[in-house]
Amino acid sequence: MDPMIRLILAQGMLGLNNGVFYAMLSLGLAVIFGLLNVVNFAHGALYMLGAFLALILYSNLGPWLGLDALHIGFWPALVLAPLMVAGFGMLIERFLLRRLYKLDPIYSLLLTFGITLVLQGVFINFFNASGTPYPGMPDSLKGVVNLGFMMFPKYRLFVIVFSIIVCFGTWFIIERTHIGARLRAGTENPELVKAFGINVPLMVMLTFGFGTGLAGLAGVLAAPIYSVSPLMGANLIIVIFAVVVIGGMGSILGAVVTGFSLGLIEGITKVFYAPASNTVIFLLMVIVLLVRPQGLFGKHG
Amino acid sequence: MTDIAEFEAETAPETMKRGRVVQGIMWALLIAAVLIAPALLYPVFAMQLLCFALFAVAFNLLIGFTGLLSFGHAAFFGGAAYIAGHVLKVWGFPPILGILTGTLFAAALGWLVGLLAIRRQGIYFAMITLALAQIVYFFALQMPFTGGEDGLQGIPRGYLLGMIDLSQPLNMYYFVAAVFLIGFAVIYRVVHSPFGQVLQAIRENEPRALSLGYNVDRFKLLAFVLSAGLAGLAGSTKALVFQFASLTDAHWQMSGEVILMTLLGGMGTIFGPVVGAVIVVALQHMLSGIGSWVQVVIGGTFIACVLLFRRGIVGEIARMLKVGGWL
Amino acid sequence: MSTQTLTKPMLKIEGLHAWYGESHVLHGIDLELAEGQLITLLGRNGAGRSTTLRSIMGMVDRREGSILINGEEFITKPAHRISPDARIGFCPEERGIFASLSVEENLMLPPTVGENGMSVEELFEMFPNLANVRKRMGTRLSGGEQQMLAIARILRTGARLLLLDEITEGLAPVIVKTLGRVIRDLKSRGYTIVLVEQNFRFAAPLADRHYVIEHGEVIDVIEAADVEASMDRLNHYLSV
Repeated sequence: MDPMIRLILAQGMLGLNNGVFYAMLSLGLAVIFGLLNVVNFAHGALYMLGAFLALILYSNLGPWLGLDALHIGFWPALVLAPLMVAGFGMLIERFLLRRLYKLDPIYSLLLTFGITLVLQGVFINFFNASGTPYPGMPDSLKGVVNLGFMMFPKYRLFVIVFSIIVCFGTWFIIERTHIGARLRAGTENPELVKAFGINVPLMVMLTFGFGTGLAGLAGVLAAPIYSVSPLMGANLIIVIFAVVVIGGMGSILGAVVTGFSLGLIEGITKVFYAPASNTVIFLLMVIVLLVRPQGLFGKHG
Repeated sequence: MTDIAEFEAETAPETMKRGRVVQGIMWALLIAAVLIAPALLYPVFAMQLLCFALFAVAFNLLIGFTGLLSFGHAAFFGGAAYIAGHVLKVWGFPPILGILTGTLFAAALGWLVGLLAIRRQGIYFAMITLALAQIVYFFALQMPFTGGEDGLQGIPRGYLLGMIDLSQPLNMYYFVAAVFLIGFAVIYRVVHSPFGQVLQAIRENEPRALSLGYNVDRFKLLAFVLSAGLAGLAGSTKALVFQFASLTDAHWQMSGEVILMTLLGGMGTIFGPVVGAVIVVALQHMLSGIGSWVQVVIGGTFIACVLLFRRGIVGEIARMLKVGGWL
Repeated sequence: MSTQTLTKPMLKIEGLHAWYGESHVLHGIDLELAEGQLITLLGRNGAGRSTTLRSIMGMVDRREGSILINGEEFITKPAHRISPDARIGFCPEERGIFASLSVEENLMLPPTVGENGMSVEELFEMFPNLANVRKRMGTRLSGGEQQMLAIARILRTGARLLLLDEITEGLAPVIVKTLGRVIRDLKSRGYTIVLVEQNFRFAAPLADRHYVIEHGEVIDVIEAADVEASMDRLNHYLSV
């Protein structure tokens, strides 16, 4: 195979791997925005929280409890940490965000920004600001797979496949099930849905929990790849905002497709001009704003 | 946001009179505080207060008087600091010209960012400005002249008009004080001009302003450029005061801090951002011993302001004295 | 005002006030109807007829007074408990068909509120047009189809008290005629119905009683038997 093509494919795979996180986070952001009209700035911080919970379950919980042999591993963490993040998200919705629904949405953005700073500050205090590696990667996912054009880490391949399943599952629930129909109806006209006898405040809380749970899940998936650091979410959320501006927040599938594609593009950019890989998503955002300001999947301007 | 009863109360003759008096007192207090500050505070700290106060006042022109939430104002503040620092240090520009260069750069950058961001409204506007500011941050990190992680160091203060030595703290202080007062007066004039009235009409009801025949986008863009330029003035001045420009100045957290200053002091008030800036900067100073808990305090203040205290300090005072719109 | 007291009112509203934000829109509505009856709320646009229905459903910012349904007080109930606890079906102004939901999803959306709701098959029999478009999205329906769907949707839930807001608005005469047949059929099946209606000729033959609303108050009540004699009054109320 031509070495250039090989390089592009390899960087593309790594880029796709970042795209996983773009897709899962912008998906959660879009689900939340649809029903609540809230842009959750804390989404990145909750992703960070998910990663830290996985780390804590493996490394810290045992010593804290005096049970040095206790390591809650990756698989249980993959279930527990997102549930805990979702629970935390629901507390935020119930006790803080709910007071702001009648106001301009910038207030909920600012509130969640404040939550971001608090979470970040707390974790910088208790953990190394520059990051801690996650030691709990399961043995079954260690090693590499030969993709023909490159040796690809087995774990990363798992992450790509797993997240595609999660994204598709989310799309299926929202677009094809009865619960999803209620959610879509609530997005359109919450007042009427309430008048039909559906407990909309509860639905809003659960939806926020679901969206933040997705962020937590992405965090657990990220833990074995990137080092777990208090700032891992803050830098990501800004990229996610650009992804969301590019894709438009109106469509679930749009969020997922945009997330994966931008990861891919970012990866391939590394092949041609590495310094631009940081900014290529932002530059694409600029182009989209010039050509199609409502976003690729946005419905109106 | 103001309801009709409040509006009528504001425009009643006795309120107008009381408003003028209270505003006069505030002006006097502000000027007095600026003049005597170096007798009470370290000059560098006092100058830091003035730079951030100017930054917040400039920011407030957008959020408070036009209703646009920019989440990327650090780009103008920090970007101007780098440019001013570079022309002062490498090209040997005199102080005023250096500061003006930084200001013009920020205004030009503001024009570019504004042009893109006003293509979307509301919450998207905030996200776009945040993302665009991140490009500026990456430039500051990667460009050869910025010094990367170390920042741009060793910016000379130089001689004002070729004769006043700005390395003397008091000379520098009164120069910064003059910059601040000029910037503040510019914002005050803008807000009270017909242009400012249109901006406030846009904030209150954009579709209505549009239907009255105003070119809303042009007004928004002009407000954005002005706000960015004055934020750049603050950033350039800060670079001259501290003699360096750093990544912190261009970081998104700085954009958040200027929002907090404005929110805490009172969005859409004239004096609020000054009060907010003084409190936030002083708080950071006092709490510098507790490390990153400062961030928790700042975040907590944010949450408290949004939930309980949306008028801000000056906004609340104005309401108590029934002089809304005059402070 | 000549309100006869009913022996067993299913719905009894007394002194109902309602607000949107700061604006006070209902100023003491009184009305009642017995099980199996049909009443109309007449009046000009903005008189408060739709708001009366929305107030019953809890879709206003604040409401005061008394809303008794089968003897139970509903004024303080949270909005999402009203429909299930009172077995109400609400058909809002402009139909309230969800654009992002298919016909079937729209039909299945409201939770069941009682037994003996009509089955989907029965409903498709009643509204044959809907059967052909069951997979279509809500936006891609004609006005008549949307209206039939909005009615079918609440009949499925087992509601016994139907609040129908302007169901003939903007529809072709032939469809209005069909709807008239449907309403008469529903009445004969024992449903209790409140009809907000602009089209008096549509409403007159169906109703047991007419309430005329103006400025958020009931200004007249006309029994079906007295309609002929009260035509002048009615014309005056309804003339624009």
